[in-house]
Amino acid sequence: MNAASQRLLGLIRKEFLQVLRDPSSLAIAFAMPVFLLLLFGYGVSLDARHVPIGLVVEHVSPESRSFSAGFDYSDYFQAHYFRDLREARQALLSRKINAIVHLQADFERRLNGSEPAPIQVIVNGVDANTARLTSGYVQGVWEAWLNARAEWQGLTPVRAVQLEARVWYNSGLRSRNFLVPGLIAVIMTLIGALLTALVMAREWERGTMEALISTPVSVREVLLGKLIPYYLLGMGGMLLSIGMAVFLFQVPLVGSLWVLLLAGSLFLLAALGMGLLISIAAKNQFVAGQIAIVVTFLPAFILSGFIFNIDSMPWPVQLFTHLVAARYFVAILQTVFLAGDIWEVILPNALALLLMALAFLALALWRAPRRLE
Amino acid sequence: MTSMWWRIQALLIKEFLSLLKDKKSRFVLIVPPLVQLFVLSYAATYDLNQLPIAIYNEDRGSAARDLIARFNGPPAFREVLRIERQAQIAEALDGKQVLMVLHIGQQFSRDLLSSRQPAAVQILLDGRDSNTAQIALGYARTVVSQFNSDWAHQHNQPGSPAELRVRAWFNPNLESRWFIVPGIVGLLTLVVTMTVAALSVAREREQGTFDQLLVTPLTPAEILIGKAIPGLIIGVVEASFSIFMVVVWFQVPLLGSLAALYIGIVLYVFSVIGAGLMISSLSVTQQQGLLGGFLVIVPGVILSGYATPIENMPELVQHLTLVNPLRYFLIIIRGVFLEGLGVADLVDQYWPLALIGLFCLSCAGLLFRKRMY
Repeated sequence: MNAASQRLLGLIRKEFLQVLRDPSSLAIAFAMPVFLLLLFGYGVSLDARHVPIGLVVEHVSPESRSFSAGFDYSDYFQAHYFRDLREARQALLSRKINAIVHLQADFERRLNGSEPAPIQVIVNGVDANTARLTSGYVQGVWEAWLNARAEWQGLTPVRAVQLEARVWYNSGLRSRNFLVPGLIAVIMTLIGALLTALVMAREWERGTMEALISTPVSVREVLLGKLIPYYLLGMGGMLLSIGMAVFLFQVPLVGSLWVLLLAGSLFLLAALGMGLLISIAAKNQFVAGQIAIVVTFLPAFILSGFIFNIDSMPWPVQLFTHLVAARYFVAILQTVFLAGDIWEVILPNALALLLMALAFLALALWRAPRRLE
Repeated sequence: MTSMWWRIQALLIKEFLSLLKDKKSRFVLIVPPLVQLFVLSYAATYDLNQLPIAIYNEDRGSAARDLIARFNGPPAFREVLRIERQAQIAEALDGKQVLMVLHIGQQFSRDLLSSRQPAAVQILLDGRDSNTAQIALGYARTVVSQFNSDWAHQHNQPGSPAELRVRAWFNPNLESRWFIVPGIVGLLTLVVTMTVAALSVAREREQGTFDQLLVTPLTPAEILIGKAIPGLIIGVVEASFSIFMVVVWFQVPLLGSLAALYIGIVLYVFSVIGAGLMISSLSVTQQQGLLGGFLVIVPGVILSGYATPIENMPELVQHLTLVNPLRYFLIIIRGVFLEGLGVADLVDQYWPLALIGLFCLSCAGLLFRKRMY
């Protein structure tokens, strides 16, 4: 064994001892993924079920009853009846219901008239996304009722064109299937940056950097000595997350595990490299911590395509998302989990991750301290 | 009494100096949150804008062309690919070239003109991002239903006997930006003030200066006040500036009273700082403080109703959100901005914030003494 590799082993051993002494690194790598995945997996859902909706039927008739029955029996709604619009408005304002469906007293009479009978729908627009989904569900109930009604009366269906929708890769539109793989990217971003963001700054702040520089180890060895232990910890966290996604949350893994692990390695190197760079540039744990929080969590959460669609963002912001490593990893994760090993998605994104990892590590090496100032 | 204020004042000066004397610390407290306000506000939207779609038209009729023109028009969809063969559908979706394929079969015009049965139109969606898929499906439904009603009108067919008239309160055009942007103020305030507070005591512990602080004439309550006030001021100033930008730059209407908003901001920042100081007094190193901050920030954002509605969460998790300050603040800021709420409407949101803050601060005060090592 030559001196260089012995020095490296010594550094790695020192870093591992430090990890064991302050268990917060172990907590970052293993407890945080479990905690966050449980929270997300069970806590977050974009699928609205049992949306509370207020029905105001001014005059009860067979027609109005058959219409409102559609809401009673729908899984999407939980119907509450109100005597008049004023009461329903009060409920909408106090957020007891998300929408009001109002049938006026002359609904039955106007149904048989020449003009279409109006059905008033009022949604609370504050949460625009939920409002849009809710009015989509109301539209579904309305269409089903029109069809059923035409069938009873022996008429042809009134719609000229019928939409048949098929959803590929996730036919049940189960939001957990796309949220959990995306979440792995968010968690790995946090792990990667948090593990390394403070390590170099800590040496500066505690004064041990001077000791480190005066030893025969080279800058490359110092960085490798920081990188290797945290890479191993991070990959452990990654395996744990994939295991939970597949076995606990039953997200189908259509593609192959080794592609995931390889892409995960590249991503982790990019995240660790970013953390090291922050740590080297900041030299102060407070600044390093602030930067780490600012550049990791919110960008990975909002700019990665994990929840918000990148194609719909304005183009300058779309350009900006190319700087967020999580963006490439989210694309790979969602594809490998739900669609399989589709190389035309995996290869360009993996290449981007590789470039980012190399760039961050090279920058870290370049900015790393070689002498005391 | 006067000597107490004098002591606190001295501590305050020291705290502000340690936060702001360093150029890098000043920079991370001011610049990144503002950059994020801009980038994230533009990025975080559920409104589809120019979503890339492919069209596969096997029909030669003019009705099919009319329908395609309605899909292709701005703002929701943008045709990027014309498909000629069945096999190309899979290629386009697999490779993420498009998020949706509109398929009009050979029978379309014949079925439409015979009006014996509805003419079928197929829509294939990429379910890897099921939220976007669901929103896109909603847009597609609206396009088709508009086409149907125009078709019936033009061909003197009996139109639909009843029609939906949907109105959205508070946000008539259902712009999700109005909902998301005020929320970002809460997010950024959480991130900045939480890290300031979470690292404050931990830094003194790690550097050994906290013991010195404890042997000064300052009582734990005074130390607590001295540590809490700088964060409170920074948080309120940053929130004020963000709100100014939301109103002036993003033009979100501010309908309610500023007093109601400011009571909310002060109580919110107070409760976040309480939580941060509690974490800080539990941790011995800054890394532990940072990890603790993360373990509050991440679930705090996810379980706040910011990106996904609280009503969609399981009951147990909904109860958990009751201890989350951001949950209350989001209701306050959205209520004041969009619904024009005043102080009296928001009392139910104020007192939980005050309670959380008081509870956390008392815990922090108790822990100051206990954790001496």
